Amino acid sequence: MRRREFLIIPAGAIGGTLLSMLARESARLEAKSGTVKVPLRFFTAEEARVVGAACERIFPRDANGPGATDAAVVIYIDRQLAGPYGRDKYRYVKAPFVTSVPEHGYQGRENPRQIYRAGIRELGGFADLPVDEQDRKLIAIERSRFFELLRKHTIEGMFSDPMHGGNADLVGWKWLGYPGPQMNYRDHIDQHYGQPFRPKPSSLRQLVGRAVPVWEDETE
Amino acid sequence: MTNLKPVDVVIIGGGFTGLAMAKELTTRTSLSVLVLERGILRTASDYTVGMDEVDYSMRFRMMQNMADETITHRHSARDASVPVRQYGSFLPGTGVGGSGEHWAGHSFRFTPELFTLRSHLTERFGASRLPDGLAVQDCGVTYDDLEPHYWRAEQMLGVAGKAGNLRGTTVDGGDPFEGPRAHEYPLPPLKRTYLSSLFDAATKELGYHPHPIPSALPSQAYTNPDGVTRPPCLYCGFCSGFGCMVGAKAQPSNTILPLLRRRRGFELRTESWVRRILHKDGRVTGVQYSDRKGTELVQPAATVILASWTLNNARLLFLSRIGTAYDYASGKGTLGRNLTHQVRSATRVFVDKPLNAFMGSGASGVRISDFDGDRGLTGSEGIVRFGAIQALSMGDRPIAAFGNVPRGAVKSNWGSDWKAAAIKWYDRSAAIEFIGEHVPWRQNFMDLDPTYTDRFGDPLLRFTLDWTEHEHEQRRLAHQRSLEIARAMGAEPDDTPPARARYNVINYQTTHIQGGAIMGTSPESSVVNHYLQHWDLPDLWVIGASAFPQNPSQNPTLTALALTTWAADALVGKYLKSPGKLV
Repeated sequence: MRRREFLIIPAGAIGGTLLSMLARESARLEAKSGTVKVPLRFFTAEEARVVGAACERIFPRDANGPGATDAAVVIYIDRQLAGPYGRDKYRYVKAPFVTSVPEHGYQGRENPRQIYRAGIRELGGFADLPVDEQDRKLIAIERSRFFELLRKHTIEGMFSDPMHGGNADLVGWKWLGYPGPQMNYRDHIDQHYGQPFRPKPSSLRQLVGRAVPVWEDETE
Repeated sequence: MTNLKPVDVVIIGGGFTGLAMAKELTTRTSLSVLVLERGILRTASDYTVGMDEVDYSMRFRMMQNMADETITHRHSARDASVPVRQYGSFLPGTGVGGSGEHWAGHSFRFTPELFTLRSHLTERFGASRLPDGLAVQDCGVTYDDLEPHYWRAEQMLGVAGKAGNLRGTTVDGGDPFEGPRAHEYPLPPLKRTYLSSLFDAATKELGYHPHPIPSALPSQAYTNPDGVTRPPCLYCGFCSGFGCMVGAKAQPSNTILPLLRRRRGFELRTESWVRRILHKDGRVTGVQYSDRKGTELVQPAATVILASWTLNNARLLFLSRIGTAYDYASGKGTLGRNLTHQVRSATRVFVDKPLNAFMGSGASGVRISDFDGDRGLTGSEGIVRFGAIQALSMGDRPIAAFGNVPRGAVKSNWGSDWKAAAIKWYDRSAAIEFIGEHVPWRQNFMDLDPTYTDRFGDPLLRFTLDWTEHEHEQRRLAHQRSLEIARAMGAEPDDTPPARARYNVINYQTTHIQGGAIMGTSPESSVVNHYLQHWDLPDLWVIGASAFPQNPSQNPTLTALALTTWAADALVGKYLKSPGKLV
């Protein structure tokens, strides 16, 4: 068993519900420094710093709204990689692995965990670079499988249900005006034509009033 | 290997057609009927906590586990095949109910000429003007034969729609080009979304005939003739790819299974993976399957119904050495021929007002059939069949919907500029979809892969499949029509013509893979007769969309169900009285 690693984030930057969202992980609020220590499942602290910085360039906080750090995207990715998806439990992984035409999609042997590990290594001291240099580094790997996953997972982490670790405090959904799961639009579906209808967002846990089993928690 | 206690009938696959057949047999006979389903049984509460885009839309939690079994693909018989390692251009479900749990509920009838398409096209264009390699066939059953069965299926599901042709009289608001129906739909259409209203108005203005997509999501609370009651659709937007959280959408689990549970003689075994159909001297003797512990068991049975969806229907026949494999070079043999995958493309449009597109249901939408089939074609267009055009409000979810921006609006697909464009167009973008008929071609077929195997070490099913000039032309013409509709909607379309691309296994197309075990009028040209009874083994019936020789713009489920009761009538009314070849 590896040493427990933590992601340390400023509590104020994230919002109150992050703590409840992380209940299963018993995140610790450090009163003195005003930071939250989030236990990591897959990344080392340094890897999480690199991935977090890269996600923030893909989806930066700017005048338009929140970014990947605000949504805790790196926690989302950490959990996805730690779960069955990260080790390709549901992908066809029998040999022989061959190179084929683009129409056949990703045919590689490496699972998402391995792709991230190798990709992070290539990014080196990314987290400490100025942003324009960070962007140049990302442009250089734009066509890689690693970047393809990183971009896809960043968007997922921005707008996932918060039970997956991303979209902290519903920051992504609030920004979009997306209400999250709601049971009944029967009185609204043929109304509001051409007008924005923006019910207050709720998470799935809020909607059903209980914890929901998520796939990344599947252990076997 | 352990021999289990014999049963009268084994049904392989607990999806829509398998359970519908079980219902017919247990209602009308006292036979013991065992359904073997490889997946698990889900409950309604699993679906309530399933309103989650990540697990269900991104990770495909309802679908078959590809680590266990997938297919391989090659574009032509000259190419090497590779496995489809991740989803995907189609999404086969698993578990009790099969793909009928996660479907969108589109419940069309096929138009009448589809059942006699070879004769129809020959008459329409002349045999000499049909393209080389066209493999369309007559089914041996007609629309008129099936009309009462369509009505039974529509009542069972509680289809909400608007008739366009009642006993030959055209009715306003429905599809005027449909075959004559004896009854109006059981329920009125679903409520109309904003997008639907725009599409409806625009297509009317252009002189077309928009009609609501017939929906197995009820528009009102509905009790079917079996006494099963379901609540109305709530338009929650978590529909296609999800089980219904309120039990509104007609699914095998909420529409047929509740009845079967009360039937003596019915048994359902889940996590039971049928690996072979056993047969000897021209009769089936049962099936061999692997249970959840991996124990191999033999289940003796007098009759076997193969109802395990297109892919596994063909594959189990190959693995069990039943029938003659189709040989593309000579055109001889039948098993695996007429592989089709409904043709889809989309023209993206951008509007200036919010669509509130998070609301919707799988079947909330409006379609025009004015170009469907060969309507209006002269034979000089380079195509013999076209398709339908529609706008759907299935419920946009943010991960998939974010980032639809007009072409050229932004250079990169990440970073601040991209984010600004994406939020600007969020909820202001939709698709005008083309759902085209995929005519069968001689060179598109299924067989067993020589290299790749499933979890048991059995060969995977191999697709040899590519788009032809016909499909490229269908998409090109559809895009032109869609641009015209988009502009009439006041929308700004992306006018990039569809790429003349080869078949790819990556981008979702539809889940309507068909053929492989087709029905027809002779054992030289089909795998099953027009009752879906196997030509070689009279006690084996192969049901589902594997039987369709051609793949229309009308989605397959309702026809698969109508053919199931049609087959059940023959099985119960004719075969059981005198077991043997019915044709």
